[in-house]
Amino acid sequence: MTETVPAQRDASMALQKKILGEHYHALAQAPETGAKTAYTFVPGNLTELIRSFDMLPVLPEINALQSGMRKQSGDFVREAEKLGHSEDVCTYVKCDIGMLKGGNIGPTGEHIPDPDLLLLSYTGCFTFMKWFELLKQEYDCEIAMLHVPYQGGGEITQEMVDYIVRQLEESVIPKLEKVTGKSFDEDAVSERLALSAQAEEDFVYVLESAKHRPSPIDGYFGGVFYIGPIFSAFRGTQAGIDYYQALRSEVDARIAAGKGPVTPAGEVTDERYRLVVEGPPNWTHFREFWKMFYEENAVCVASTYTKVGGLYDRGFRHDPSKPLESLARYCLGCYTNLNLPQRVDLISDYVREYSADGFLINSVKSCNSFSAGQLVILREVEERTGVPGGFIESDLVDPRYFSAANIKNRLESYLQMIEQRRQPVGATG
Amino acid sequence: MNGLDCWVGIDLGSTTTKAVILDSEGAILGRGITNSRSNYDVACAVARAEAFVDARFALARRTLEADAELAPRTELLLPVIAASFAEAKHGAALDALRAELLVAARNDFYKSWQPALDRVLGEIVDEMEVRAPALFVPGAERKSDFFRDLASSSFMQLSEEAADPGTMPQDVLIGMFDKAIIKVENQELEVSFEEHVGQALDRLLEAAGLEAGERARAAELMEYAVGMPLQERAHVGTGYGRARLPFPKASIRSEILCHGLGAHATFPSTRTVLDIGGQDTKAIQVDERGIVTGFQMNDRCAAGCGRYLGYIADEMNLGVHELGPMAMKSTRKVKINSTCTVFAGAELRDRLNLGQQREDILAGLHRAIMLRAMSLLARSGGVHDDFTFTGGVARNPAAVRALRELVTENYGERKINISAASIYTGALGAAIFARRAEDADESTEEAAA
Amino acid sequence: MASTVEELVARAEALALDVDLTGVAAWKEADPARRVVGYLPVFVPIEIITAAGMHPVGIIGGTDQVEIIRGDAYFQSYICHIPRSVVELGLSGRLDVCDGFLFPSTCDVIRNMSGIWKLEFPDKYVKYVDVPQNFDPEIGGNWWRHEITSLRADLEKLGEIEITDESMWTAIALHDENRRLLRNLYDLRSERPWLAPTSEVYLMQRAGLVLPVQEHNELLREYTEAATNSDRPLMDNSRIVLAGAFCEQPPLGLLRTLERAGCWIVDDDLLLGPRMITEPIIDPEGPVGDPVDALVKAFLDKAAAASFIYIDEKVKGAELADMVDKRQAEGVIFAAPSFCDPALLDRPMLARALDERGISHISMKYSENTGQFQTIREQAGTFADALKLWSDA
Repeated sequence: MTETVPAQRDASMALQKKILGEHYHALAQAPETGAKTAYTFVPGNLTELIRSFDMLPVLPEINALQSGMRKQSGDFVREAEKLGHSEDVCTYVKCDIGMLKGGNIGPTGEHIPDPDLLLLSYTGCFTFMKWFELLKQEYDCEIAMLHVPYQGGGEITQEMVDYIVRQLEESVIPKLEKVTGKSFDEDAVSERLALSAQAEEDFVYVLESAKHRPSPIDGYFGGVFYIGPIFSAFRGTQAGIDYYQALRSEVDARIAAGKGPVTPAGEVTDERYRLVVEGPPNWTHFREFWKMFYEENAVCVASTYTKVGGLYDRGFRHDPSKPLESLARYCLGCYTNLNLPQRVDLISDYVREYSADGFLINSVKSCNSFSAGQLVILREVEERTGVPGGFIESDLVDPRYFSAANIKNRLESYLQMIEQRRQPVGATG
Repeated sequence: MNGLDCWVGIDLGSTTTKAVILDSEGAILGRGITNSRSNYDVACAVARAEAFVDARFALARRTLEADAELAPRTELLLPVIAASFAEAKHGAALDALRAELLVAARNDFYKSWQPALDRVLGEIVDEMEVRAPALFVPGAERKSDFFRDLASSSFMQLSEEAADPGTMPQDVLIGMFDKAIIKVENQELEVSFEEHVGQALDRLLEAAGLEAGERARAAELMEYAVGMPLQERAHVGTGYGRARLPFPKASIRSEILCHGLGAHATFPSTRTVLDIGGQDTKAIQVDERGIVTGFQMNDRCAAGCGRYLGYIADEMNLGVHELGPMAMKSTRKVKINSTCTVFAGAELRDRLNLGQQREDILAGLHRAIMLRAMSLLARSGGVHDDFTFTGGVARNPAAVRALRELVTENYGERKINISAASIYTGALGAAIFARRAEDADESTEEAAA
Repeated sequence: MASTVEELVARAEALALDVDLTGVAAWKEADPARRVVGYLPVFVPIEIITAAGMHPVGIIGGTDQVEIIRGDAYFQSYICHIPRSVVELGLSGRLDVCDGFLFPSTCDVIRNMSGIWKLEFPDKYVKYVDVPQNFDPEIGGNWWRHEITSLRADLEKLGEIEITDESMWTAIALHDENRRLLRNLYDLRSERPWLAPTSEVYLMQRAGLVLPVQEHNELLREYTEAATNSDRPLMDNSRIVLAGAFCEQPPLGLLRTLERAGCWIVDDDLLLGPRMITEPIIDPEGPVGDPVDALVKAFLDKAAAASFIYIDEKVKGAELADMVDKRQAEGVIFAAPSFCDPALLDRPMLARALDERGISHISMKYSENTGQFQTIREQAGTFADALKLWSDA
């Protein structure tokens, strides 16, 4: 998902960097090539549909997190606050607005073209809607809304699916046709969905490899790289398939060799703690944050953040035989569209399936969709699984909300607690 | 002479640094505390030195109490020795202060005030020396045990008297003091225990409280206590600044674990621990072995920490230690909504302007702080018997009262433990870890052999 | 004898501050078959609750009266205040009288609270009410019809009753009347704010959250009449519109402070939910067709602009600017709860729309338990003076 790759690189990393670079380059060339762009969000993205119209997707969240990793987000956020945005609200939004005002230069240093379509997939996050309303004021372009109902009742109903399919048919597709001058081609979408499903198999295999001991991957810090292509512009593409095949073979090789995950400081050779992590990472101090884990030989074996773009590991696959319905079900199933009891169930299952020693919540200030209720999740998962929960706080891309000392203090305490609790009853600590 | 094995725990807090020394039985031999400063190494060394001095006193006590002849004299002897020692330490610090003040006054910036500046500073320190003994009469009340606090309060007063707006503004004098005191704090002052024991005994002899024979016997015993080698077998560091301790990683433990274990050691039936320190608040659940089963710490916000009380004290022009007793005089309930340190000052002034009583507002503030603690406790799993309250704020009576009320209202009757030495809880836990870790190593070695 | 304004205000204040819901409990106790359904801000189709013969209760937080102990344990410091106080009310048993809870799609916090409620109160009926963000009658309309229909079925089950079309129409008529009375009162306040100041009008509205609609209608009638006929002296203040306060409510002290600082609040979005539908649902000729269709159509065609409803083809801030014009207001005060995503993310867009129309505005934040108003007093006072200078110039 990013350019800033770990120091020890795998071939898949290089591949990811290459395809991402090509994508940003294609975007920069769009004014010359005439390619049309659609701005859209990761959860509930309609990449296969967008690409079937030969449009290029732009994902403002990804731009924001890239800015965070490249230490530019602080300035962007402050710029937006100068323009009247509250310090209280989502920093992805402010980072994006700040970047836009600064000329919309993407992570590879190339210009990101203005949108021809703002495709608002309103999935799992209320702020998305505000975000595109704000962008609408900045661009003179078409805007399409796709309202994805929340799984308030803990399930996907046929009414929800029908509602989304109708919106796709009557609202989203006509907008895509209008912007591109092309007609909707259902077969073209189906073909891409078939490619997606193929990559999804390999992606799930990679995620679930963490069930091995030692885990060959870090399912959170490493995971954010693995989700890159499939959560963004590369679903339904051959490049996406190639990437996940390469990644899968690497993981297989690590399992065969009994190796632990790759980190910027080399391999974890002595897996000491297996953690499930809930919540997005901090991007402004991503490496420093990760280091706090691998220095203690703590490996994140599963995470919820790697499910914001779909719960493929729970069985969902894009289905070429029912293209629009399949896209609808995909949108509905993204992690932040689950209700709290579903999230508790999922995390508890991960703790058991991945034989975790604990689960840790990184609560980010920006994201109420994730954060509101996390303290209840903490208690419920502890009660159900019996493993201890940990709680740390940071933010997505606002460097002012990352207190390294505070986080390290909590994390160390937490890991030492897990260690201490391993002592058999009767022994002294 | 056979030495005495001991184990050291150091808790490097944001406000104070504490050290605890355990003997081979696990009993506390000595405690030391000093204010944390910009230089953590010095704070650590000072606290440790204090604890070793305290350990000497403990040894002296043990020795005296074991002596058939002098045992009844213990309570007469020890306080005098302690006071004498404290006074000598204070004197050495004053010497250092005098030197540093004069160094500070050399700065070109203060040229225009010379030579009067040197003279006035000298006179102030002279007067501080004159007043010092009164602080160390056995049983005397001191506002603080820290040199910085004692020196600061008398320097403020004396500089105000000595100042003259035209010729020698007080600001200039205070500026000197602020520079000098930091230097003094960062020196490790050598004060010989042995020497001062001798002085103290002479003094006792003069005061005719002690016969010559007794003096000789006491001197002999003291020499034994003073001469006994204390062999530090292992140490463990903890606390907010633990990462800066010059210890290897294996000798560092999280403050959560240390607090849990320290509280367990002091009150074995403890299941819930609340620690409110300067920089953070911790709610900890422990099992019957003192092992931590869950914990929560406050977030970025300083509300609900000791630091918040510091802001309030500054705002009211009071010492932090005066807040609690004043709040205890409250007769009416005032509800404070803002525990935000940024707004606290404004709300305070607002309420004073409205004619509300200082005592009542303070009582409301204490309750507001404890409300934050209650929410952390709830997050960590509630309040279970026994409940132990530790940290600097546990010495504040109004905070304790508010906590009692809130615990009873929300959880029913709970046994609440507060020990006078609760500020040492983290350091105690660290010392126990040090002792256990070594035990574990030994047993491994034995097994190997 | 008719009650005086003071008596009515005192009664409304007692109701508004009745965080223990004693009045609702008394209503319920009168008949074991009675059911109470609580709803969080902002918008739910309240008519269905009334049609079910149930007592709708607006759960809007704990005012500045409720001390938060357990509620704080549920939410991080960067989340607004209302969920803390609502959890506090729930865990302290003060919402036990409610048999069901509706959590509307206002924001991610209230959305997630629906899940917290499912986990904490498994015996209660809990529903997340998802308003459509698509306004095509065949698409978003169908979705809303489905939401309303399933809510209707759920309440039938909860009350072991049948909700007939007839009772639906009766309820719609009662709430139409309620909204008409509220609009009247708002008109009176705008025309002669010294007769019906916001500090009172607000209490009249808020009392409605804990009264059956019929009783609330009676209270509104009495107050409007008494206020209209009162002989309060004319006071010339600056006229402002208050925006941003649609969910978590400001403390009464804040509203009073604004008035004392020289601002007449001549329109606002306080307690927006019960006023969301801006025109009668029932046609002047009387009820026609399916009452659910009427409710759907009302939401699609007659709902006020709100932050939590997608702007679609409309122009952001246009309704607010129009409101300023209609009320002949001189400026806007944005007063948003701290950490309120919908209000705070909307603010720059609304501000831009006001700037384009040359309307002055200032901005402040509060939480429902804000205890000090010194800064607000100064800020609002300066704004009021500035507006006067402008209008005199």
